Amino acid sequence: MATGHDDHHHGPAKGFTRWLYTTNHKDIGSMYLWFSFAMFLLGGTFALVIRAELFQPGLQFVEPEFFNQMTTMHGLVMVFGAVMPAFVGLANWMIPLMIGAPDMALPRMNNWSFWILPFAFAMLASTLFMEAGAPNFGWTFYAPLSTTYAPSTVTFFIFAIHIMGASSIMGSINIIATIQNLRAPGMTYMKMPLFVWTWLITAYLLIAVMPVLAGVVTMMLFDIHFGTSFFSAAGGGDPVLFQHVFWFFGHPEVYIMILPAFGVVSEIIPTFSRKKLFGYDSMVYATSSIAFLSFIVWAHHMFTTGMPLAGELFFMYATMLIAVPTGVKVFNWVTTMFKGSISFETPMLFSIAFVVLFTMGGFTGLMLAIAPADFQYHDTYFVVAHFHYVLVPGAVFSIMAAAYYWLPKWTGNMYDEALGKLHFWLSFVGINILFFPQHFLGLAGMPRRIPDYALQFADFNMVSTVGAFIFGFSQLLFLFIVVKTVLGGKKATAQVWEGAEGLEWTVPSPAPYHTFTTPPLVP
Amino acid sequence: MRRKQTDNTQESVRTSHLVSKLALVVVGMFGFGFALVPIYDVFCEITGLNGKTAGRATYDAAVVEVQEERLVTVQFTANNNAGMSWQFHPMVNQIQVHPGELTEVKFYARNPTGMTMIAQAVPSVVPFVAADYLHKTECFCFNQQTLAAGEAIEMPLLFYIDQAIPDGVSKLTLSYTLFDVTANFLNSSSNLSAK
Repeated sequence: MATGHDDHHHGPAKGFTRWLYTTNHKDIGSMYLWFSFAMFLLGGTFALVIRAELFQPGLQFVEPEFFNQMTTMHGLVMVFGAVMPAFVGLANWMIPLMIGAPDMALPRMNNWSFWILPFAFAMLASTLFMEAGAPNFGWTFYAPLSTTYAPSTVTFFIFAIHIMGASSIMGSINIIATIQNLRAPGMTYMKMPLFVWTWLITAYLLIAVMPVLAGVVTMMLFDIHFGTSFFSAAGGGDPVLFQHVFWFFGHPEVYIMILPAFGVVSEIIPTFSRKKLFGYDSMVYATSSIAFLSFIVWAHHMFTTGMPLAGELFFMYATMLIAVPTGVKVFNWVTTMFKGSISFETPMLFSIAFVVLFTMGGFTGLMLAIAPADFQYHDTYFVVAHFHYVLVPGAVFSIMAAAYYWLPKWTGNMYDEALGKLHFWLSFVGINILFFPQHFLGLAGMPRRIPDYALQFADFNMVSTVGAFIFGFSQLLFLFIVVKTVLGGKKATAQVWEGAEGLEWTVPSPAPYHTFTTPPLVP
Repeated sequence: MRRKQTDNTQESVRTSHLVSKLALVVVGMFGFGFALVPIYDVFCEITGLNGKTAGRATYDAAVVEVQEERLVTVQFTANNNAGMSWQFHPMVNQIQVHPGELTEVKFYARNPTGMTMIAQAVPSVVPFVAADYLHKTECFCFNQQTLAAGEAIEMPLLFYIDQAIPDGVSKLTLSYTLFDVTANFLNSSSNLSAK
C-alpha cells in the first residue's frame, strides 16, 4: 500500500538528536524495546547473582545484605524496567499500525514518557554504588522494612518509582487517546485486533492504580522525612495498612503485565493456525472481567496477616473466580489451534509454550488462592515458582514471540529461523529446569529471600541454578539474532506470514517512517 | 496531510477532552490512595478488625448496670517493640470482672537508660470481636509517657467490659506494645499534641 508522498513528508533526522527529539511512534517504540531489553539483561544479571549464591548451601559469593539488595533490584528492574516498557514499546509500534492511525495521539508526551525512564532507572541503579547500598526490602517494599528500617537510599527509590509511575500514566493516557480517537473509519471497537483491546483495558488499569502506587510511596516519604505515622504503630498508624494500599496497586499490576501478553498470543496463534481466532467476543469480555476482578482480590496476598474468616473466604472465592475468564481464554486459544493447519515458526513456538506454561502458573495460583493451604505456601519458593511461571514463560515469552512475529515488519528482514528455534528451545528447557524444582523446594518449606538454606534443599537448588544460567545466557543469542536481523537477512514481504491478517500487514516491510497519513479503508 | 483541516481540529478537541478526563481519573485515584487511610481506620473501627480499641469512653455508674451473674477473664500482656529498652509489664496478669464493673489495673514502666525517653503504648485486643466491648475511661495509652533516666512509674488503666459482650467471649487479652518515640519528638516538636 502506498503511503503519502506529500512534499513536506520526510524521513528521520540524522544523528543522536533523531532519538532525543523524535515524536515518531516507531522510533519511540524501538527505544522502549531496546531500553527494556537492556533492563532485562540488567535484572537478569541480578538474578544470576542470586542463583549463583544459592547454587550451594552456605555463603559463597555475596553477603546476606547484598543478597537482599539483589532480590529487591531484580524484582523492581524486571517489573518496572523490563516487562512494562517492553509492552509499552510494542503498543507504540503496533497500535497505530493496527488501527490505521498516522501516529500516537500525543506524540510529544510520548517522547517525554520514554525519556524520563532512563533517568528513573539510573537513579535507582545508582544506589548500588552508594555507601548505604541499594534498597534491600524486597520489590514489595513492606513497611516498616522500607520506612523505619530502610537504608538511607530509600529516598532515591521513592523518586525513581514516582518517575516510572509518571511515565506509565502518560503512556497509558496516550494509548487510550490513540485507541479511542484515532481509529480508521470503519474500525469499530469490536473489529479491533485483540492486542489493541487488551492494551486499552491495561491502560485503564494503569491509570487507575499507578496513582495509588505514587500515593503509597509518598506516604513512605512523609513517614521517613516529615514525621508522619501512616505506617508506624507508635504514632497511631498501621503497617498492615501499607500492605492493603500496596496490593490494591499490586494485584492489578500483575494483570497489567499479563493482559497485553494475552493480546499478543491472540494475534499469533490464529496466524500460524491459519484460522480466525475462536471466540473473539468472549476474549474481549473475559479480558474485561479479569480487569474488574483484579480490583477485588488484593488481600489474597495477605492471608496470614490475621484477617477475619469472612475476609479470607471473600478473597479466596473472588480469586478463584478469576480462573473462569482465564479458562475461557485458554479454551479459545486451544480451540483456535484445533484442526488448524499449524506451522511451528518461532513466534508460534513461544506462543504455544506461553499457553501451556502460563496455564501451569495459573494452576499454582489457584493452589495459592486456597486460604487454608496458603498458610503453608506463604513466603516459600512455591510462591516464587508460581509468579515466575506466569511472568517469565508468560509475559516474557509473549514479548519474545511478539518480537519474532513483528521483527520482519520492523526491520524488513526475516530473522534466522534456525537460530530462532534454537533460542526458543534453550529458553524453554532452561526455564523449566530453572523454575520447576522451585515448586518442590517451596512445598518442602524453603522460604523466599534467603541467601543460605538447610541442607535438604541443596539438590533442587543446584538444578535450578543450572537452569538459570542456561536461560540467562541463551538471551545473548536472542540479542545476536535481533542485531543480525536489523543488519540484514532475507527480505520480508509486506504480508510476511501467510496466515496473518490485519492492517499492519498491508504496509510494506520495513514499515515506512510515516504510515496511514491517509486513513485506510477497513472492510 | 490529506486529512481535512476541520477533521484535525475536531480530532484534537476530542483528544484534549478525553485527556482532561483521564487526567482527572489520575488525580482522583491519587486522592483515593490517601482516602484509603481513613477508610481503613473506619473499617477497622466498625468491624473491630485488627483488635483496635476505640478512644476514651465515659463511665456513668448510674446508667451502667453491672451483670453480677457473669464473669469475664481479662488478661494483660506487655511487649516492647524492637529496640525499646524499658522495663514494661502489667502489675496483675489477669483478673476476673463482671461486665459493667469499672476496674482499675496498673502497668509498671521503668526507663533503665541514662537519658530521658518518650514512649507510646499501642493497645490491641484478641479475640478481635471483643475489641468493641472493652471501654477504657482512663489509659496511659492515651498519652505519651516521658521518663527521665532511671525513673519508674505505675501507669493506671481504668476500663469496663460492655454488658453486650457476646456470650461466647469468656476470656479476652489486652496487649500493649511499647514504642520508643523519642526520635519523633526530637525531629518535630509539633507532634507533641498528636494522638
